[in-house]
Amino acid sequence: MSKDLSDVIGRVLPAPENFLSADQLEQARKARRSFMGKALAMGAGAVAAAGASTRAMAAPSDGEDAILKLPEHSTGLGQPVAMDPGYGQPSKWETNLRRRQSPGLTRVDQASVSFTPLQGLFGIITPSGLHFERHHQGWWDIDPSKHRLMINGMVKRQRVFTMDDLMRLPSVSRIHFIECGANSATEWGNVAVPTVQYTHGMLSCSEFTGVLLSTLLEMCGYDKKNAKFVLAEGADGSSMTRTIAIEQAMDDVIVAWAMNGEMLRPENGYPLRLVVPGVQGVSWVKYLRRIEVGDQKWATKDEAVHYIDHMPDGTHRQYTGIQECKSVITTPSAGQTLLDKGYYNVTGLAWSGRGTIKRVDVSVDGGRNWRTARLEGPILPKALTRFNIDWVWDGKPAILQARAIDSTGYVQPKINQLRAVRGTRSVYHQNAIQSWLVSENGEVSNVQVY
Amino acid sequence: MKSLFKFSRQAALLAATVSALGVGSAFAQSQPWAEIGRDATSAEVKAWDIDVRPDFKGLPKGAGSVQLGETVWLAKCSSCHGDFGESNEVFTPIIGGTTAKDIETGRVAALVEGAPSTAPQKTTIMKVATVSTLWDYINRAMPWNNPKTLSADEVFGVLAYLLNLANVVPADYVLSDQNIAEVQQRMPNRNGMVFYEPMWKVNGKGDVKNVACMKDCAVDPKVHSFLPDFARDAHGNIQQQNRVIGPVRGADTTRPPPKSLTGAVSSAAAAPVAAPAAAGGANVNNLLAANACTACHGVKNKIVGPSFAEIAAKHKGKADAQAYLAAKIKSGGSGVYGPVPMPAQPQISDADAKTIAAWIVGGLK
Repeated sequence: MSKDLSDVIGRVLPAPENFLSADQLEQARKARRSFMGKALAMGAGAVAAAGASTRAMAAPSDGEDAILKLPEHSTGLGQPVAMDPGYGQPSKWETNLRRRQSPGLTRVDQASVSFTPLQGLFGIITPSGLHFERHHQGWWDIDPSKHRLMINGMVKRQRVFTMDDLMRLPSVSRIHFIECGANSATEWGNVAVPTVQYTHGMLSCSEFTGVLLSTLLEMCGYDKKNAKFVLAEGADGSSMTRTIAIEQAMDDVIVAWAMNGEMLRPENGYPLRLVVPGVQGVSWVKYLRRIEVGDQKWATKDEAVHYIDHMPDGTHRQYTGIQECKSVITTPSAGQTLLDKGYYNVTGLAWSGRGTIKRVDVSVDGGRNWRTARLEGPILPKALTRFNIDWVWDGKPAILQARAIDSTGYVQPKINQLRAVRGTRSVYHQNAIQSWLVSENGEVSNVQVY
Repeated sequence: MKSLFKFSRQAALLAATVSALGVGSAFAQSQPWAEIGRDATSAEVKAWDIDVRPDFKGLPKGAGSVQLGETVWLAKCSSCHGDFGESNEVFTPIIGGTTAKDIETGRVAALVEGAPSTAPQKTTIMKVATVSTLWDYINRAMPWNNPKTLSADEVFGVLAYLLNLANVVPADYVLSDQNIAEVQQRMPNRNGMVFYEPMWKVNGKGDVKNVACMKDCAVDPKVHSFLPDFARDAHGNIQQQNRVIGPVRGADTTRPPPKSLTGAVSSAAAAPVAAPAAAGGANVNNLLAANACTACHGVKNKIVGPSFAEIAAKHKGKADAQAYLAAKIKSGGSGVYGPVPMPAQPQISDADAKTIAAWIVGGLK
């Protein structure tokens, strides 16, 4: 490992303007070292990009075209305001970062998952259009004027609320992560998928706005003495139902209509969804139509067949909803390639369903030695926390890991520690330390090391 | 103004009712929003309060025989789940893997780690402990493309049919609200669930412990698991799933790994993957996905139903093929390609059915 950052900073050269294939790169790299380097490299680029002006990796002595030749956007007239459809879109250069399905995971697109491209995101807020999706029976774009929320069961007054009613009520805006209980499930037994999008991408974090469920339950006069649970139910075909403890319902659960400053997206439950901070995503019932107050758990399908933890003795743990402390390095991560040796900002995300992130440690030697990363603000309860740490890569194989500690003192476990308690046939709540192997060719891959 | 008037009148009425009942008048004063919303009518609560608990609270009266269940099953369920609830084609299997001994003990032996396997994968009946769960879910969410349309008797019947397949009830059984509690006592995994409170409560303590060692920590030097080479491109080209600028690039997984470092110059301005052109093909793909056609029909491969290629070949050159197929898409049918029926697809518009039919007749282009 290099001792002096100044040795290596600056070796990451400016990006070229055209795509070169691996073969062309190989040719160009050899050429760069040769007498004819520049000319050959130009030739290679021209093949790749049909006549567009191009240049090899090293800046020519008089400077780069990107600076010396003013581009069209510096010399022409740009686009007008409020372009149709009046809603801004990401740059066309960013289209690689998309929600994607994991091939072979499900047969039917309406009962499936799309994963958030964590490998390309910054900070802690997930852009709404990249929020992961999990639908059980397809999504809908419901007419909000016809949507109703009913509260019934052990209440003095069984009540109905329109969206007009709900949006008049006192509201809160809070940032929380949502993680599917099956996030990282493919990795329980062995490595199965190639990138962090597929290992950890059933994870998003947004600012949600809505009315606290406690406000609504108070308004309905819930039975304080006998109520122990509430049931949340969706209005879509699956009518997802989940049991929630009354203590939690009265604490920080939100009946939310907004996400990241705008109304919820249809895929995320427009016009109304439940936000159950710290608890697996399946409890965040979308298209929320009903809350029933009761005194027993419901053992609904997704509490009795799925989202249960299969233990080695053959029993299943039921109602295991808390998403325990977890972290993952998002850059560099599997499927990415380090272009050169030298300095890298290793960055990632940490979160805990039990509170705030207290510390994140990072290892580059497969867990032998650890350094404490910088936590970026804000550090919020039951929200993603971004961490960063400096790393100078010496070009030798390295294994990158992150390990989070939350405000309860809980230390994110290794996969073998998790398996020792829960076996290998479990599907849900896999929060182990993730390992990324950096090979000498710069490619990063998904491995298990413990 | 009109609506405002209506609201305040309604609010006043409600407030009067509430104080007459001795409920929350002090609350209403301190919480000025307390009267927002309205009371639910009993018909409304009845229409939506459909959940059934393990103690059978919420279960409507009704009865259904195994035989009735079989009829409904073959018409509306078997195309996805298989005739015997065993299919793993569209959804995971429901029935299989349980034994007479399991019914006796209430614990499915095959779930124990290291036990001999009794089914290719875990089935619903191996896991579910509560029969109420099955009744509730069939009633609220099935059939998959037309949920909440079965009568209570049909739900009892379908459940009886499934329980008969699992040898929980005999073939002449009539399941009803009266005897379902007895059936609960024969559920093969009824004693297989554990309530583990630390993972339910926010302030619970985790069951897996690690320590935050910082230096010279014990580590097994072996890499225990990695992706095999043949899986390199299984999730598409990863290069096209990463940003085209920044400190890293996506690996070009259409090629073998490079032998050495790529160098500072790489696929810097690799053009992002263009969105699919809005041609006819893309339009049909959307329709096929939106209507879950591809759950049962592959373009080239048979799944539950015939492939689209097989259908196209069968109707090649027939003058009325497009109209015939458009009608069949909507009405469903059985017997043409085998015994598994295709359910009717009332949600598809005539225009969309025609588009799909035209695509098939046109050779899937």
